[in-house]
Amino acid sequence: HSVHFKLLIGVFQQRNLEGYVGFANLPNQVYRKSVKRGFEFTLMVVGESGLGKSTLINSLFLTDLYSKEYPGPSQRIKKTVQVEQSKVLVKEGGVQLTLTIVDTPGFGDAVDNSNCWQPVINYIDSKCEDFLNAESRVNRRQMPDNRVHCCLYFIAPSGHGLKPLDIEFMKRLHDKVNIIPLIAKADTMTPEECQHFKKQIMKEIQEHKIKIYEFPDTEEDEDNKLIRKIKERMPLAVVGSNVVVEVNGRKVRGRQYPWGVAEVENGEHCDFTVLRNMLIRTHMQDLKDVTNNVHYENYRSRKLAAVTCNGVDGTKNKGQLTKSPLAQMEEERREHVMKMKKMESEMEQVFEMKVKEKKQKLKDSEAELERRHEQMKRNLEAQYKELEEKRRQFEEEKVNWEAQQRLLEQQKLDVTMEKNKKKGKIF
Amino acid sequence: FHREAKFQSSRHLCDSAFDSQGEGARSVPLSGHVGFDSMPDQLVNKSVNHGFCFNILCVGETGLGKSTLMDTLFNTKFEGEPMQHSQPGVQLRSSTYELQESNVRLKLTIVNTIGFGDQINKEDSYKPIVEFIDTQFEAYLQEELKIKRTLHSYHDSRVHACLYFIAPTGHSLKSLDLVTMKKLDSKVNIIPIIAKSDAISKSELAKFKIKITSELVSNGVQIYQFPTDDETVAEINSNMNGHLPFAVVGSTEEVKIGNKMVKARQYPWGTVQVENENHCDFVKLREMLIRVNMEDLREQTHTRHYELYRRCKLEEMGFKDTDPDSKPFSLQETYEAKRNEFMGELQKKEEEMRQMFVQRVKEKEAELKEAEKELHEKFDRLKKLHQEEKKKLEDKKKALDDELNIFKQKKTAAELLQSQAQQAGGSTTLKRDKERKK
Repeated sequence: HSVHFKLLIGVFQQRNLEGYVGFANLPNQVYRKSVKRGFEFTLMVVGESGLGKSTLINSLFLTDLYSKEYPGPSQRIKKTVQVEQSKVLVKEGGVQLTLTIVDTPGFGDAVDNSNCWQPVINYIDSKCEDFLNAESRVNRRQMPDNRVHCCLYFIAPSGHGLKPLDIEFMKRLHDKVNIIPLIAKADTMTPEECQHFKKQIMKEIQEHKIKIYEFPDTEEDEDNKLIRKIKERMPLAVVGSNVVVEVNGRKVRGRQYPWGVAEVENGEHCDFTVLRNMLIRTHMQDLKDVTNNVHYENYRSRKLAAVTCNGVDGTKNKGQLTKSPLAQMEEERREHVMKMKKMESEMEQVFEMKVKEKKQKLKDSEAELERRHEQMKRNLEAQYKELEEKRRQFEEEKVNWEAQQRLLEQQKLDVTMEKNKKKGKIF
Repeated sequence: FHREAKFQSSRHLCDSAFDSQGEGARSVPLSGHVGFDSMPDQLVNKSVNHGFCFNILCVGETGLGKSTLMDTLFNTKFEGEPMQHSQPGVQLRSSTYELQESNVRLKLTIVNTIGFGDQINKEDSYKPIVEFIDTQFEAYLQEELKIKRTLHSYHDSRVHACLYFIAPTGHSLKSLDLVTMKKLDSKVNIIPIIAKSDAISKSELAKFKIKITSELVSNGVQIYQFPTDDETVAEINSNMNGHLPFAVVGSTEEVKIGNKMVKARQYPWGTVQVENENHCDFVKLREMLIRVNMEDLREQTHTRHYELYRRCKLEEMGFKDTDPDSKPFSLQETYEAKRNEFMGELQKKEEEMRQMFVQRVKEKEAELKEAEKELHEKFDRLKKLHQEEKKKLEDKKKALDDELNIFKQKKTAAELLQSQAQQAGGSTTLKRDKERKK
């Protein structure tokens, strides 16, 4: 509220200045629209039964989430790990919140708890899957956000350290959801025991490289100091109560013991207020943002990478993740087209070469035939010439001989005529 | 004690809470102050830290005062010189500015259409504008479809508001205006404004506005309506909707009125004060565009115009939400189906190409065989001819030989005769010779 108020005052002050444009009013517009839209938040609680999970939820949200009509999972005995969700609508100060609490009854309660985290993982993944499908539809409508925004993990107050199950669970879930580890039933430990326990847990968390939810630093130093203080108190040790008792005339939520009342909202008794402030009053939006921008995006990119690299040989460069699957297909198409073009041009080349060869052969054969034909023609022509010559000679000879013959004939005739003259036959 | 809602408007939100997942969300009362009423503040803080972004497209003919109006609206001198009328086509020029007011940072992009309305043939004038808007949508879509994406740090370049500048003719809209606005109304929020409205008298202005509005309605042009679903602003918005199109005057010059310096245009007959609501609608425009509805403009762009673009684009690429049996596709199925289809296509193409080659080879072989055959036929013919020639030659030869033989025979016969005659005559000749000699 205070921030909003500050803004409003700022706006009014600015308004009186010369040349006020007015886009400083944008935050108010955003505020107005978000109130109209309403908010949603999904909180998951995980832990063995009897750690006070339901009680803590009721204390956090000051409501009886589980009542006679809607009994909580703790009232029911489960054989296997179930994942159950309860959706409620709460309103406060004009702001409407659709709160989904996801409970995991049976977690860690069996003798053999191997894989008891699997139903939890499946639930978280299926909510991401729903969102992914809704987001990927052609016709998209309002997409309800049922993804798990925060997981409160309850650690039993043994005082010694994390159990193997705790470590296993957190290691498997820290990439999928914001984990906030809590020490349950903190009123069973003294402050020193609690301090020691916390240190031990944080050490083990670091050793196993478990990534729990981190509060982001803000721009303002004051807030940062506060945040650092909170970080020092991690993991938060909480106490919950469904009961209101009277202490020194005040009505408080707490647990009544013969030796006193452990007050839920007393910062010296436990870290409940820190948790509530952080989870609800200051970082609820950030939890949603980290879920959306980090955990969901991881899920999505893993899912889509699997789809596109499906059927493609593993040697494909997986660094192609900067593309959408469609762009990936486009690229594959282009590659294939190039390959085909290359193949086509190769085949074309071979084809051309063969054709050239054949054509050349044909040409050679033609040339050969041509040559032979020429030769024969010339041969023939030569013979013709020869014949011509022969004929000419013959003709010449014939003519000469005939001429000679004629001459002889003439001579003979002359002689005969002479003879006849002499004989007096001619006058 | 219980605290109930103060806001009564949330009835439809109750409905939406019931609609999600088909499970009802029951309302539970709170027995104290939980503190989630700070959620809007948390959200606002984040967005203030992140900064805001807004993109305005100014469409209008050269000389209608687009740049001046932007300067006046945002109280800054944005760069740029006045444009000439000689542009070959319509171009879009965009510039981005970082503004700050109080603690609010705004990345403002102003896109100007240069040369709009200057050409003789204006049929294609709207195209570069539509292309620009689509390009921004496409860029966002591509980012949204990437496998590894960074949407929350993406600089949104989509056009959130389009100010359409109408020339102050006082008569009606030009056909270019109608055509352009019709092409844009499904892609962007259009806010029509009458530019340089100090050229129109008050009575003409009222008629002009009515004419414009009726022309827009009769041509089915959807302009942006200021939203009236939120009670806080419903009244002012619906009031303003009645004043559209806004008649504006822009000026960065200041004139002293009374004891204040105000933005104004000074004429011999008086001074037009930009921020005087009696003189023009500038204040209304600023109020609506920036102070009240900027966020709604962005939201509409994202949830309506962008979604429409995206839907069309995906449908074009063959994506469907349900298979022929109306069962919904999961994302995986869709992509796999697409990929199989696409692989099948590629293989088919490959096969086709191969077949085509086989065909070509066959054809070419046949062709070459044909050519070979022809060649052989040709030479066969030649050979035949040659044979005939040879035969003729042989015949001729034979004929000649025959002649020769006949001649020889004749010759021999003749010679024989001659020699016989000579022998006989020889003695005669001899006798004669002898007688002569005697």
